[in-house]
Amino acid sequence: MTDIIIAGIGQTDVGEHWDIGLRELAFTAIEAALQDAGGLKPQAMYVGNMLAPNLSHQSHLGALLADFAGLTGIEAATLEAAGASGGAALRQGYLAVKSGLVDVALVVGVEKMTDQVGAGVEEALATAADSDFESVQGLTPSAQAALLMQRYMFEYNVPANGFAGFALTAHANGAGNPHAMFRKAIKPETYQKAEPITPPLNMFDAAPNADGAAALVLTRRDLLPADWPASRPLVKVAASANASDTLALHDRKDPLFFEAVYLATRRAIKQAGITLDQIDFLEYHDAFSIYAALSLESGGFAIRGAGWKMAAEGRISLTSNLPCVTMGGLKARGFAGGATGVYQAVEATTQLRGLAGACQVKDARVGMIQSLGGPASTAVVHILTRL
Amino acid sequence: MEIPRHWRLKQQRYALMGEVCPHCDAKIFPPRDVCPECKSEAKTPYAFSGRGEVYSYTTIYEAPSGYDANAPYTVALVKLNEGPMITAQLTDVDAAEVQIGMPVEMVTRKMRDDGDERGMIVYGYKFRPAVAA
Repeated sequence: MTDIIIAGIGQTDVGEHWDIGLRELAFTAIEAALQDAGGLKPQAMYVGNMLAPNLSHQSHLGALLADFAGLTGIEAATLEAAGASGGAALRQGYLAVKSGLVDVALVVGVEKMTDQVGAGVEEALATAADSDFESVQGLTPSAQAALLMQRYMFEYNVPANGFAGFALTAHANGAGNPHAMFRKAIKPETYQKAEPITPPLNMFDAAPNADGAAALVLTRRDLLPADWPASRPLVKVAASANASDTLALHDRKDPLFFEAVYLATRRAIKQAGITLDQIDFLEYHDAFSIYAALSLESGGFAIRGAGWKMAAEGRISLTSNLPCVTMGGLKARGFAGGATGVYQAVEATTQLRGLAGACQVKDARVGMIQSLGGPASTAVVHILTRL
Repeated sequence: MEIPRHWRLKQQRYALMGEVCPHCDAKIFPPRDVCPECKSEAKTPYAFSGRGEVYSYTTIYEAPSGYDANAPYTVALVKLNEGPMITAQLTDVDAAEVQIGMPVEMVTRKMRDDGDERGMIVYGYKFRPAVAA
């Protein structure tokens, strides 16, 4: 079985890039990834994006970005799975190269969330939920998370501020990531005094909307350039899995369990031939702190009702047994929509190459990344390993 | 505004019409023709009573377009007595009085309009605290 290697990575800073358009943002990341890949020429481009048709009045990103990147003629299409679009695009690139039908695949995640603010953005984000039976009631993604957080705190007697650990960890790690939107650690008081958004969620329980683009180049090991430096660690995609759950939160058999995360994690672990304890770091999809807690539990890293304690007790820090959101996660890196899944892969590759600087996880050899759409209505899980 | 889309859903929105599975008797809302419990065909109409209880709730201050006039409003996951859970706004109640487990009943209310005074109005179900039987 031939290894699928991440040969090149690139990313823009995550932030409010009012001076940079969608295509320019994507091209910056694409250019960086192609350069990092040392001259490999892609035959295919898979784009991860969720809201360009709504917020930028621009769909058809495959053709647009291939054109703008000077790659007209190659295969190009967008993958959409709400917040998991980036993970889905990565999986598509992996499947294409693994099948042998594509030699070099470019995967790019791009999102502009900040050209609009307010009600229009909330309406666009709500298209990820069930339009006929959730969004029509005025439900928003934040409200979905709040409904889960409220019930979780009720069932497990979580004290006020019990979820603070997720934001504290994310910001502490974001401080070491030069591309992150927020690069400063926060104090517990900051979380405690944070403005409520949709109770019991406060401002630090939700990742901030942002613009950003990340890209990577996938190829087979035997196709790497001859001048690939022997000293440069090879990072391979050891597993790839995508699982779905009911779209509407109200249709869940067990709302406080992310079945899709459970299924995708199981499949990925099996493919990679490893056990959970062999994972050196985890990039969960912390669009909301409650999703981080539920991901830890549903993935099997914490027992039900104890996910929040892992964060509260510092057991997800860089020096713990399971470092999480090592470069800031969605909370501190910023939530760049469909680009998120690709940012996670770019960061995980950086960790495995030993180039994460202040964020470096010691002896990182196996990383797991999880990309979620909505309240894990879609979960795409990848395992990356250092060869 | 997509008039046919909203018109198609009026049985569900005004009358909580769902389905009952003829094989395992599971009650299904909204209708989906395949039973989520036993996976067999389920097309028998079933009218829900409109009674249920609050499973969880939250209050929305930053509303999406079309709902801002009503903000802040409380939205809940309501577990209907017959089994299925649905998402609905709560009405005729103070946000501070809502509790998990509170019995509620369905009423028909205006959900939104399309921003045009001569345009379409979307009605649907909301839930208020159940009046004692």
